Amino acid sequence: MIIGLDVGGTHTDAVLIGDGRILRQAKVPTDHANLFDCVWTGLDKVTADVPHGTIRRAVLSTTLTTNAIAEGKFAKTGVIVSAGPGIDPSNFRIGSHYHCISGSIDHRGREIQALREREVEELARKFRAEDIRQVAVISKFSIRNPEHELKMAKILRNSCDHVVLGHRISANLSFPRRIATAWLNAAVHPVHKLFFEAVGESLKKRGLEIPIFVLKADGGTMSFESSIDVPGQTILSGPAASVMGALPFASESGDTLVLDIGGTTTDMAVLVARVPLLEPLGGEIGGHKTLIRSLNTKSIALGGDSAVRVIDGELVIGPERHGPAMAYGGPFPTPTDALFVLGKALNGDVDASRRGLRPIADQLGAALEDAAGRILDLSCRMIIAAAGRMVEGINSKPVYTVKEMLSGYKVNPVEILALGGPAPFFAPRIEKLTGIQTSAVPQWHVANAIGAAMARNTSEVTLLADTERGVAIASEEDFTQKVGRDFSRNDAMSLAFELLREKCIKAGASESELDLEVVEDNQFNMVRGFYTAGRNIRIKVQTRPGLIPEYLELARSMFNHCLLPGAI
Amino acid sequence: MLSTTTRTGLVFFPAFDWAISPTHPEREERLLYTQDQVFEEGILDIDGLVEFKPDIATIEDIQRVHFCVPDETRVITKSHLISAGGAMTIGKQVLEKNIARGFALVRPPGHHAMRVVHGARGFCNINIEAMMIEYLRRTYGVDRVAIVDTDCHHGDGTQDIYWHDPDTLFISVHQDGRTLYPGSGFPHECGGPNAVGTTINLPLPPRSSEEGFLYVLENAILPILEEFKPDLIVNSAGQDNHYSDPITNMNFSAHGYAELTNRLKPDIAVLEGGYSIESALPYINVGIILALAGLDYSGIREPDYDPARLRQGPEVSRHIEKVVEEILEIWKQGPGIREENRKKRKTFQRDRRIFYDTDQIVEGQFETIRACPDCSGLLTIDSESDLGRKIFAIHIPRKACKECKEAGYKTYDSTDLRRYNSIFLQDRTSDQYFSKK
Repeated sequence: MIIGLDVGGTHTDAVLIGDGRILRQAKVPTDHANLFDCVWTGLDKVTADVPHGTIRRAVLSTTLTTNAIAEGKFAKTGVIVSAGPGIDPSNFRIGSHYHCISGSIDHRGREIQALREREVEELARKFRAEDIRQVAVISKFSIRNPEHELKMAKILRNSCDHVVLGHRISANLSFPRRIATAWLNAAVHPVHKLFFEAVGESLKKRGLEIPIFVLKADGGTMSFESSIDVPGQTILSGPAASVMGALPFASESGDTLVLDIGGTTTDMAVLVARVPLLEPLGGEIGGHKTLIRSLNTKSIALGGDSAVRVIDGELVIGPERHGPAMAYGGPFPTPTDALFVLGKALNGDVDASRRGLRPIADQLGAALEDAAGRILDLSCRMIIAAAGRMVEGINSKPVYTVKEMLSGYKVNPVEILALGGPAPFFAPRIEKLTGIQTSAVPQWHVANAIGAAMARNTSEVTLLADTERGVAIASEEDFTQKVGRDFSRNDAMSLAFELLREKCIKAGASESELDLEVVEDNQFNMVRGFYTAGRNIRIKVQTRPGLIPEYLELARSMFNHCLLPGAI
Repeated sequence: MLSTTTRTGLVFFPAFDWAISPTHPEREERLLYTQDQVFEEGILDIDGLVEFKPDIATIEDIQRVHFCVPDETRVITKSHLISAGGAMTIGKQVLEKNIARGFALVRPPGHHAMRVVHGARGFCNINIEAMMIEYLRRTYGVDRVAIVDTDCHHGDGTQDIYWHDPDTLFISVHQDGRTLYPGSGFPHECGGPNAVGTTINLPLPPRSSEEGFLYVLENAILPILEEFKPDLIVNSAGQDNHYSDPITNMNFSAHGYAELTNRLKPDIAVLEGGYSIESALPYINVGIILALAGLDYSGIREPDYDPARLRQGPEVSRHIEKVVEEILEIWKQGPGIREENRKKRKTFQRDRRIFYDTDQIVEGQFETIRACPDCSGLLTIDSESDLGRKIFAIHIPRKACKECKEAGYKTYDSTDLRRYNSIFLQDRTSDQYFSKK
């Protein structure tokens, strides 16, 4: 059996899956002030009386690190940056303990200016005096030559609990993002570690020794053990859970737009033939652009609980949420109340909804049902407009080769999949407005937790070889190898695949999950004078986001047993 | 977080799969390290800096500028259309006011491509700046344009295209033609009979450094621009004046390029040459982008930058001062000579041989222009290459008078096709292009 748990902004959903069926499901209100309790309550509900040794894994998608960043509840973190010439690194200041030191490496990884170890030692003393136990060290172009970061870490290890090295978190170029991401990983490290150790302990007390996996922002999973050094990767996993939940029902050949319509926000993503699109460099969290591998998702502040008002005769929905819908005892009219008035939603206080919408109808000079219809209509239009902007953004992304330019694939969704509470009620209207086939995902209200449960491991390896310098580097893997002048593109490719396989297994993937593919495969002849001085080989391989094989059976049973949303 | 003071656009098209030949300076690797530097510095994340996907230029865009022999598709590759399209994208965004300024960091380059194209010269096939400018004139009604070419090689292609156009000021600052390809670009080359003075050549001696370039900028280029009052300033931003460039002999620097960009304030910059791909381009390009965006570029320098070692000698400074004096005199006298010529109402001829170094072609050209008091004059070109192709081309300028226009069509109809492989007519008043063979 497998557990999937997804902490959302409003609700925490948990499912227990086995025998190709959803055996149990639980929904508890999310309490951001006490995340552990709500995660534990969810786990408790789905594991009660389950026999020992029958649960294969638990995959958790939490808002823990996201909240820690948003609320400033992270550890005191020192940042040491070595930049050299270029944009002034003080522009990238992050946290309250940010220091720039000497040392410089160029774009090919050659040392231009040595690191002054004395400066690092001084900072180590300072950090100790200020009781700073978490430190991030970042040098420009460290992914081409990690030497300076390694030296800094060596000095700092004696005086700190935890040192994050910039070159380990991503092999993508972007010094400012590397700084932000390294800081983030260091800052949330203690809270991430404590939380998951506590979850593990509590399960153990119940006699359940379940391997714990965490969901990452790219829709993949990794074992808790391998997440300890890169807790930043779990940030923004919420939208990823929903996307993975929609995946089994998406078109295998065309493009799909996924809409997760929640209480406060609607998250959207695009799948191309069942493969979710990733952000080119990394996701953005709390205003920080990062190198955290993330699904390309956009979020708008519009959901079932968004506040509905009339301003200057115009209907306005969101962006704020004042609580649940009036039908559920909330204080303010919402799109969900409009659904009650229209007779679409049941099991709530319809009269409260009517009371709430009355003044809005009056201000609009419309009948109550008309006003409700207009609220639903506007909500759908706002979502559609945002989705349109997202697709346009994806299609206008620059490419750098003639071949890509001429073959330029354009995303063009042939279907829309909706999930989240209001999904089945919004779907028909969205279909009508767009002319694109729109349906609610089966079990739309817990599809996100199912997505977390069924997600497989994702890993990525980037290998750079510079045969003139005689070196091959996979910076994230802490891998450097001397190579001869005859080191070829094929050699690089098999080395990259070997490293990837190792990484996946280490992150808890089983052999059956390994679906390896090449993302980037470039070789440039380096010509100096009129002779080829070497080759610059750049290889990126990955396991793409996807689902573990068990999903097939589950998807079949979900299709057979769910209510057809159109019927409501 | 960094944000720009002026909203700045960037088209980056390194054409990682295109080369003239595997070891040619114009090869796949050329912008690889520039990309690395631009990405690592986080340039594309700067608030107010927008990256655009290049458009793909069309055959019509080429026909607005060039006469291609035997036709357009035979002298270009797709990469040329994307490179020109990238420049056009930046132009469009500036004119649509989505950005205040922009930089087309594209390859292959274009400033050696002349009006008639039999093949590639100086690594160029079609003139990407001219295609952009004529597109902008056609679409947005832009009139007066100044092009400042800061490539180390004389921009002879752009000079040729605008030789007869008094509404386009072409200024080229480059290494003295006696010491470098293409061997032209002397002060006395100052424009055709109807456009004397709107071509300005500033040849600098080898080993000119930051001091020399900025002297020329302050004392010649900026004052001339001030008087010309262009609607648009385009910078052909070649980067081979750099001290580390393998095929030139100048002592300019990344900081110098950024400083020049900051003072020139071009609306549009377009990459041209520059072949020190590892030691210069990454730093110059970052410097230019920051300067365009109004950001601090003082930290941009090459790992081996040593201003003391690069300082120019006093004889170099004296030489440059003389060139500037001479140019200011030509600029002053240009309008008078122009008016004299136009009153004469006669035709002027030019007989030239043009060498295409990249494709090893020799072209013979006989050009005839009407000195016209009402417009920039009807232009005809009789051209033959040693590949045995002979063509006759007629160019009716953008603001042609009725008489010149009619004469152009009459010539097109009456020229004996048996003497040529093709006859072309480019009517810029109606944006039409005709050919017959």
